[in-house]
This record gives sequence, C-alpha cells and structure tokens, in this order.
Amino acid sequence: MENFYGFFIDNLLVIYLLAFTVLLGFEIIAKVPTVLHTPLMSGSNAISGVVVIGAILLVRFTESTDYLTLSLGFIGIVLGMINVAGGFVVTDRMLEMFKKKKK
Amino acid sequence: MLLTFIIEIFFLFGSIGFIWGLRLMSSPDTARKGNRYAGVGMILAVIAALIMPLEGNVSNNYAWIFAALVVGTAIGYYSAIKVAMTSMPQMVSIFNGLGGACAVVLGLADVLHYYDETKVVDTLGFFTVLLTLFIGGVAFTGSIFAYAKLEDLVDDKKVTLPKHSVINMIMLAGLIGLGAYILTQGEAIGMEAAIIFLVISLIYGVSFVAPIGGADMPVVISLLNSFSGLSGAAAGILFDSQFMVVGGILVGASGTILTVMMCNAMNRSIWNVLIGGFGGTSAVGATATGGTVKEISLNDASIQLYYSQSVIIVPGYGLAVAQAQKICKEIDDQLSANGVDVKYAIHPVAGRMPGHMNVLLAEADVPYPKLLDLDEANSALSSADVAIIVGANDVVNPAAENDPGSPIYGMPVLKVWNAKSVIVLKRSMRSGYAGIENPLFFHERTKMLFGDAKDVLSKLNSEIKSL
Repeated sequence: MENFYGFFIDNLLVIYLLAFTVLLGFEIIAKVPTVLHTPLMSGSNAISGVVVIGAILLVRFTESTDYLTLSLGFIGIVLGMINVAGGFVVTDRMLEMFKKKKK
Repeated sequence: MLLTFIIEIFFLFGSIGFIWGLRLMSSPDTARKGNRYAGVGMILAVIAALIMPLEGNVSNNYAWIFAALVVGTAIGYYSAIKVAMTSMPQMVSIFNGLGGACAVVLGLADVLHYYDETKVVDTLGFFTVLLTLFIGGVAFTGSIFAYAKLEDLVDDKKVTLPKHSVINMIMLAGLIGLGAYILTQGEAIGMEAAIIFLVISLIYGVSFVAPIGGADMPVVISLLNSFSGLSGAAAGILFDSQFMVVGGILVGASGTILTVMMCNAMNRSIWNVLIGGFGGTSAVGATATGGTVKEISLNDASIQLYYSQSVIIVPGYGLAVAQAQKICKEIDDQLSANGVDVKYAIHPVAGRMPGHMNVLLAEADVPYPKLLDLDEANSALSSADVAIIVGANDVVNPAAENDPGSPIYGMPVLKVWNAKSVIVLKRSMRSGYAGIENPLFFHERTKMLFGDAKDVLSKLNSEIKSL
C-alpha cells in the first residue's frame, strides 16, 4: 500500500493529465451529431495511431544488431502508419462528400 | 536544450491539434478542417519522435524507421483511396485492429527486454505492459474477427459455442489470475508466462466478438475503437509519452461515448449486448406471425410514390449491401421535381457502424438536412403518405413496441406503420439479421416489393421516369 501512495504522489501530474483528458474527451465528443459519427470514428481511429510514436522510439533505442527487436519495431511502425495515413485520408475523403452539398 | 524545447513544443502542439481537431468535428462545415488539424498534429509528433534527443547509447537505425514509414504510409494511403464507401465498417475495423496490433508489438518488445535484462522494471511497469498486451490484443484479434463477420467470411451462428458467455468469463478470470501471478512472481517466472498471457488475450479477443453480431455490430465496432485508443494510451505510459497518453485517451473517450450512444439507441445495457441476448438462437417472438403478405407491382408503386405529398425513405444495411444509395437519390430527385417532399429516416443503429447510413447518403449527394433522426422521423412518419423501406428490418419492427416476448422489445424503432402506406423492399421473406420475425410485413398497410434493392430501385426509377 505504501508503494501505491508513493506512486500516486510521484505521478500526480500524470494522474491529473489522465483525469482531465478523459473529461475533455467526453465533453468534446458528446457534441458530435449523428451525421458525423462515422467520420468521427475513422478520424479518431487515425489518432489511435499515436502508438507509431512508441514504435519509432523503440527502433531508435534498439541496438543495430538486435534484429528481433528491430523487426518487431519495423512491423509496429508499418502497422501504426497504415492506421495513421489510412485513417486521416479516408476521413478526409468522407468529409469532402459532406462538404460539397453545403451549397 | 533548445532542441529538447522545440521537441516538447511539437508534442504540445500535436496534442492541441488532436483536441482542436476533434472539436471541429462537431459540425459538418468545419469537420474537414478538424481532421486536417489532427493530421498535422500527428505529423508534428512523428517529426519530434524522429529527432528527439535520447539518452544513452542510441543507434537510431533511421534506415529501418524510414523504410517502415514509407511502406506503412503507402499501404494506408492506397487502401484509403481505393476503399468503397459501402465498406467503411470493414475499413474502420481493420484500422482498429492495426492500432491494437501495433500496441501488442510494443508490449512484446518490452517483455523481451525485461528478460534479457536490458531494462529493469518494477511491478507497476510490468502491470502496464500486461495491460498493453491485453487491451491491444483484444482490439487486434477482435477487430480482425469483426472484419471477417462484416465481410460475411464467418457465419455468426457457427462461431457461437454453447454457454459462450460462461467460456468468456472463465477466460477473463484466467487472464486476471495469470496476470496477478506474473506480477507477484516478477522475474522468477520467465518470459513464457507473459507470452501465454498474450496468447490468451488474443484468443479472448476473437471469443469476445464471436457471439455478437448483426444489429449489435455498431456497438462492437465503437467498443473496439475505444480499445484501440486505450491500448495506445497504455503504450504511452510505457514510453513515458504524455502525447501518446493524450491521443489514446481521447480516442478511448470517443469510442466509449459512441458505444453508450449505440446502446441507448437500442435501449439495452452494454452488458446485455456483450453477453449477447440478441444473437438469435432463441429469438422467436411470442406472437407467431401469420397472415398474408401483399405484394405491389412496380407500376403501382411508382404511381403511388409519384403522386403523394410526402415520402419517407428508411434505409438499412440492405441499402449498403446492394450499393443502392445513388439510385435512391435519383428517385428522390424525380419525386422532388414533382413536388413530393422526400425525407430520409435514419435509425441510430441502421447499418453496421455508427452513422453508416449518413455516409452512404452523403456519398450519393443527399443534403444532410433531409436526414431525420429517430424523433424527428417518428413525428414526420405519422403525417407521411408513403414510407418506403430499403433493406431495413429490425429497426422498423413493431414487435419492439407491442410484443413483450420479442427479444427487441423496448428498443426504440421507426414507427413506419403510422404512415398512410408502407412499401417494403426486400430480397426475400427471410427474417432480419437478428433472426426475428417482423409483423410489419403482414401489416394491413404494408405492401412488399421483392428483389435486390438496387435492381428494384432502378426499375422503379425508370417506371417513374415514364410516368
């Protein structure tokens, strides 16, 4: 239990960040109308590609001879990047359709 | 120092880009800009991750990184350009899965490093690794399986085992037990246990999605979306990156909200959806519906539509399958030209993902003020002349209103039977995805028009043209 208290106190800022981000997320997204649910989903999907940042850091940290980790990192970046690029582009395509019938 | 400062500014602006971008997504006018802001945020973050100074003996391996970035971007871009709008649910599922898979890879690399002792770790760190493996693993295999279901590669009924929810519970309990055991044993236990944990998580992902199908698909996809975000956030804690945590949590929140909205639209709890009350095996309504089905000829239908005051089109998954959205719009144009007031009634869970019908109709250039949500549609339906149902079934089932024995009893539905007459376009008399009889088809005001939605609508279109 001591451990837990210590952890809480040491990471207070991160815990604040978590709490506020969760509330902020709910607050922003609750206002999105039904019409935009699919674009919201694929757009946020692209954002969930943030994992690619981790994969990039992983490869940078890895020794040049550690081929196992390098391969894992490579796969990670490819998967994450498909998610990011594909997600943003397909969302843009969708939203373009919503836009043009505004006139 | 300066470099570190710039890097942190990049990450900060990246996070702001995400938040601001999502905020702009709340209106169709600004949504596109919002998506681009979020995209710019991501680019800033990738650049920052590439040039960020790292402590210790770093070999960078830029060749590997750039190769992977190029390959990933090319595949992502190409598939995003190619995909048909009707396949959006499949696309979103795959992307959810990839995000999860990426998190799994990160967690796995961390596990390897703990055991070759290049990284020291405390219990909490290992807990985060297990969390990443679990959420990422479920998002990965669950999404891939959801994709297979959407593509009709698997049959819902064949993949559901007897007592499936019990099996899932046992697996989940096993995962918690094994996770706790790994954490208490620490390094003594060896890598195998963590790998076994991952494998069970992957199996659990499939097993968890297996019994859920049909009309519940929008809930599952939203939930998996949320998982893919949370797995990113968990990986963010591993890499000590606030940026990843913020991005991941935002996605987690958005997925959660959509999940709740979809559940509310069906008037069921998330628990009920996950346990799978719908699935279809025992789903036979209390009223054994009999009676006669009346058919209508194309000619009569076209005359009825053409000379009415107001028509409400109710699209469903069948519209997406038949890719009939454009021909639907053509009929709309012809009727509108004759002074008919044409509107579309959109049920929140029509289709296979949240907002599915909206995207299809937007693709066909239907202006979004013509789309009515559930409440608007129900008040409009009571004064409408004709309601024409294109490939929808469960969302227009009167049993939800008046048959307490029906599995969908209590779900808010579109009350199409309040319109003066109802035309149902349907491939055959087969019951809907949920496997429930629909008394609407036997209703006195209902007439059926059998055939493939696109085919029938095209014929209807040319009939109207010749009037």
